[in-house]
Amino acid sequence: MLSKDLVIIGGGPAGLCAAINAANAGVSSLIIDRNPMLGGQLIKQTHMFFGSEKQYAKTRGIDIAKRLIKEVEENPLIEVWKNSTVVGLYSDKVITVLKEEEYLKIQTKAIVVATGASEKSLAFENNDLPGIYGAGAVQTLMNVYGVKPGNKILMVGSGNIGLIVSYQLMQAGVKVLGVIEAAGNIGGFKVHASKLRRCGVPIYTNTTIKRAIGKDKVEQVETVKLNDKWEMIAGSEEIFDVDALCIAVGLTPMTSLLSMIECDMKYVSELGGLVPVLSGDNETSIPGIFACGDASSVEEASSAIVEGKLVGLVASKYLGGIHPDYEKLKQEYLADLDNLRSGPFGEKIRVGYQKLGGPNHA
Amino acid sequence: MLNKDGVAIKEQVMSKFPSIETLVKPKAIIECYENIACNPCSTSCPFEAIAIGADINTIPVVDFDKCTGCGICAYSCPGLAIIIGRIKENKALFKIPYEFLPAPIKGEVWHAINREGKIIGEALIEKVDSNLRQDKTLLVHVEVDRNLLYDFVTIRRKEDE
Repeated sequence: MLSKDLVIIGGGPAGLCAAINAANAGVSSLIIDRNPMLGGQLIKQTHMFFGSEKQYAKTRGIDIAKRLIKEVEENPLIEVWKNSTVVGLYSDKVITVLKEEEYLKIQTKAIVVATGASEKSLAFENNDLPGIYGAGAVQTLMNVYGVKPGNKILMVGSGNIGLIVSYQLMQAGVKVLGVIEAAGNIGGFKVHASKLRRCGVPIYTNTTIKRAIGKDKVEQVETVKLNDKWEMIAGSEEIFDVDALCIAVGLTPMTSLLSMIECDMKYVSELGGLVPVLSGDNETSIPGIFACGDASSVEEASSAIVEGKLVGLVASKYLGGIHPDYEKLKQEYLADLDNLRSGPFGEKIRVGYQKLGGPNHA
Repeated sequence: MLNKDGVAIKEQVMSKFPSIETLVKPKAIIECYENIACNPCSTSCPFEAIAIGADINTIPVVDFDKCTGCGICAYSCPGLAIIIGRIKENKALFKIPYEFLPAPIKGEVWHAINREGKIIGEALIEKVDSNLRQDKTLLVHVEVDRNLLYDFVTIRRKEDE
């Protein structure tokens, strides 16, 4: 069995920032990521980020990824395993990893779970036809590999992901026929919605997808209006000719590893689903096992960055590596998180943390 | 309705404009209607003309006495919600952020587009700024009819429609 002090599962914004801050505190770590590239979802985000400049606001996600990856790769205290999937997590802090073709066991002293989130889907007739994608897949094809997912596409979901991916599709030369939203109001930032509208993309609220139509792939989509009780209004159906359909109806934390150990979990819909109960330091109910980023609550990448920094700091302290500015930095990160979660768009997260009964930073 | 279809009503739009007298010089028009945790417009302004403050969820307010209409905020806004407007005789001059290809070229005439995405007239491309600081977001200088002042928001290539 291998032996490591700190293992960080997931090399997205939260995991990278945790490793960097642990190194700042003199603690070495191993980042394990199942993908061929570090950066998580950042490597697909071609738009400028919101937030404050401390969290790289107005920088494009792809460039934030480049900076964080460079910092990690140049740091002698940080080891990286790519193409490696953590398949087992045990309460005594043993993890098992499928590294390329090799199956390895590691005894760790502390673990950071920064596994991110997975996409939710929708149930409708023919939702398994080729050409029907989640927004993450569309972004991967388009922004990582330079492959157009289709030429005429309809977007389902008007949260920030649906709105942003629609805009990126237009930049890639794809015709976006419209964005449909089951709720009565647009879910994401109105500045994103306005950007699409002025480019001629209609947004249909109180509208959902009824079925996809096609033989070997999606060829048409039937939408339907919803009334105040979210019931379909007969006769309000509309057919769109498409060659692709994109589903962007939200994310749910990837907590399958945490479910393997007996740490306290709770279902909190505001945080995205089943999440670990955390202390104010993002520690799970098992001492030395931490969670951050979308794995502990689905939020903006800016929050994942700050949570990662916080966890890097506290996980190091758990291992005896106390950052010289520990208290000052910790208070700064907690204040930053408060600030990011304080507006109307943070309300859901605030309510979620109250229900979770958890951290003092909510 | 902004909440339903992403289109701000005219009163909302006009509330972000300075007076006609002020617009003889270029000024930033910030169409930010929501309390979003975001502050690059304020921190990027070299003239400290955009106030947000410690709570980054605050809606930005422009001090039109300090604003020079330089356009740095227009390409720094992650929501592309800022345009720079100015009145000159019977024309309205704008600087707008633009992120599509092909890029407009000086001297071309494109469609002038309103907030609903509809064609409302013609836009003469006067200049296209593109430097490293802009990080790939173009700042396009355009001239439209003065009566489009409160309606114009972006441009569209004539070949595309």
